[in-house]
Amino acid sequence: MTYILQQILNALQLGSIYALIALGYTMVYGILTMINFAHGDLFMVGAFFCFLIAVYLQLPFVPTLMLTMFGVACLGVLIERMAYKPLRAAPRVSAIITALGVGLFLENFTLALSPYPKNIPPLLTDKTWMIGSVTISSLQIIIIALSVSLMLILDFIVQRTKAGMAMRAISWDKTIVPLMGVPVNKIISLTFAIGTGLGGAAGMMYGLAYPVIDPYMGIMVGWKAFISAVVGGIGNVRGAMIGGFILGTVEILVAAFFPSTYRDFVAFTLLLILLIFRPYGILGKPSPQKV
Amino acid sequence: MAAFYKNILARWQYISTHKFFWPVFFVAGLAFSIAAATFDILDLYLQLILIYVGINIILTVSLNLVNGYMGEFSIGHAGFMAIGAYTASLLTVNIFPAGALNYLFPLAIVAGGMAAAAVGLIVAVPSFKTRGDYLAIVTLAFGMIVKSGIENIEAIGGPRGFLGMSKLTTLPWVFFWTVLSVWVIRNLVYSKFGRGVLSIREDEIASDLMSVNTRQVKIIVFVVSSFFAGVAGGLFAHALQFINPRMFDIIKSTDILIMVYLGGIASIGGSIIGAVIYTILLEILRPLGIWRMVLMPLMLVVLMIYRPRGIMGMREARFFVPLRDLLAAKLWKQKKKEASDASA
Repeated sequence: MTYILQQILNALQLGSIYALIALGYTMVYGILTMINFAHGDLFMVGAFFCFLIAVYLQLPFVPTLMLTMFGVACLGVLIERMAYKPLRAAPRVSAIITALGVGLFLENFTLALSPYPKNIPPLLTDKTWMIGSVTISSLQIIIIALSVSLMLILDFIVQRTKAGMAMRAISWDKTIVPLMGVPVNKIISLTFAIGTGLGGAAGMMYGLAYPVIDPYMGIMVGWKAFISAVVGGIGNVRGAMIGGFILGTVEILVAAFFPSTYRDFVAFTLLLILLIFRPYGILGKPSPQKV
Repeated sequence: MAAFYKNILARWQYISTHKFFWPVFFVAGLAFSIAAATFDILDLYLQLILIYVGINIILTVSLNLVNGYMGEFSIGHAGFMAIGAYTASLLTVNIFPAGALNYLFPLAIVAGGMAAAAVGLIVAVPSFKTRGDYLAIVTLAFGMIVKSGIENIEAIGGPRGFLGMSKLTTLPWVFFWTVLSVWVIRNLVYSKFGRGVLSIREDEIASDLMSVNTRQVKIIVFVVSSFFAGVAGGLFAHALQFINPRMFDIIKSTDILIMVYLGGIASIGGSIIGAVIYTILLEILRPLGIWRMVLMPLMLVVLMIYRPRGIMGMREARFFVPLRDLLAAKLWKQKKKEASDASA
């Protein structure tokens, strides 16, 4: 029982990181119907930003988080403006390939600058508590609480603010909304900024929880977050959160009861089975097809 | 000077559409590759590069069948390649007698292709219901399952990989399989069946209504595509003489995708150009070390911004288009011109 509780705590930690990254995928998809395959690598860049700030500026936790999120958000907007904006009228696939190219570029550029894996210095003094026989570390609590509060803020922005209304409107209909005086380009950039900023925060938390960071770490985590977004129903913000937690839980539970090498195998097989029964994700709605 | 080029172009068009062109090209290429391999015309390094070019052409053309012609988005092509590579290697190392390997090698390659095709059949089933991004996830997950599955089978080396293959992949064999795959896929695309494939890309429901058996088309396309991916895997394994699951991960699939979209979707000529340019450019830029891996994606992004459909993008080298299609296009242009003249 203790073991299971302990694993559930781990699952929440991993799941909240997946959910944060999945949000970036799903927001960009919702507004541009484009899969931003570079998002996993922006997550990696987030971890490296955090490393740079923690080593060279030696700021405390909160300013580091702010700077990391800001830096990654700026990079995300820059990528959107330089690489994706010229392709808005092009076929969707060329935008996807461009995203793959941007992702490869980020990976290899980071690799060229830092060929060896790096260790993020601990930014927080880690305390652990024993509740019953379950061990809880302060880092775990901070990661889970921070992710959940970031998600709540995001949900508030999307559902309650004017900018969020504009985002939802653009994802509803792209041709009419500009005629209503909504600044589409600004809203798209804002979406990228928020999405990639969350990815950067996730990168930082991942780097704190699993301290070794390397330029290729974004690939696997990024794809898994993408899968979470799909499981929840891509384009749906709440679905991405649910999907992230589901995938995190499945992975941790598989690793807890089977040899850990089976983790990816079982997780992806479950994903396939889920997609057979609910091809549009948990909260997604099948779009009607017209002839 | 311009007249000179025009003359050459006309001559090339005449030659390339001649009915003997393909057989002559095939025989000459085969003869050259055998000669190159036996009489040291090309050094081993150049031969190896040509072998990789051939393997990449097979992979690119076969992926283009699914992604370009049928308009699905498959991102797990390396998974099929892995199945082909492991099946062929297991056969040549453990089952076939060592003395007759040279003769049994094609059989191993075909077996690798068949194994990949059988799995392709399974992957085709989800494509009945889902399309677009969701099918992309299915193929992505499939690629990861294959890699992760191989890593967990200790009998074939697990994560350490599998070795012991002799170097059976030679230039003539690669040439043969490359031409075969291009020939099969080109004929498939320009057949009546191929029209069905194209109609699925344009509008699946409409093509269903026009009595295209979409399920059958999807199954056949996936099976053919994965067969050739498996063949390429078998050739790859026996060229490198060592395989491990990490070679066939998502990065490999991305490589193939880049070659397809660099060359241009729905174009066999484009696929060949894409594979050749990508492979050779990577070799030429080797002195740059890691920075070539920075430069390549950057070039891809720039290319996509200025030519979003790739180099050939939806056009075909004349050379692959059947005569009757060329004639039909000519007639159509003539009619259009007449109509516009009449209205003017």
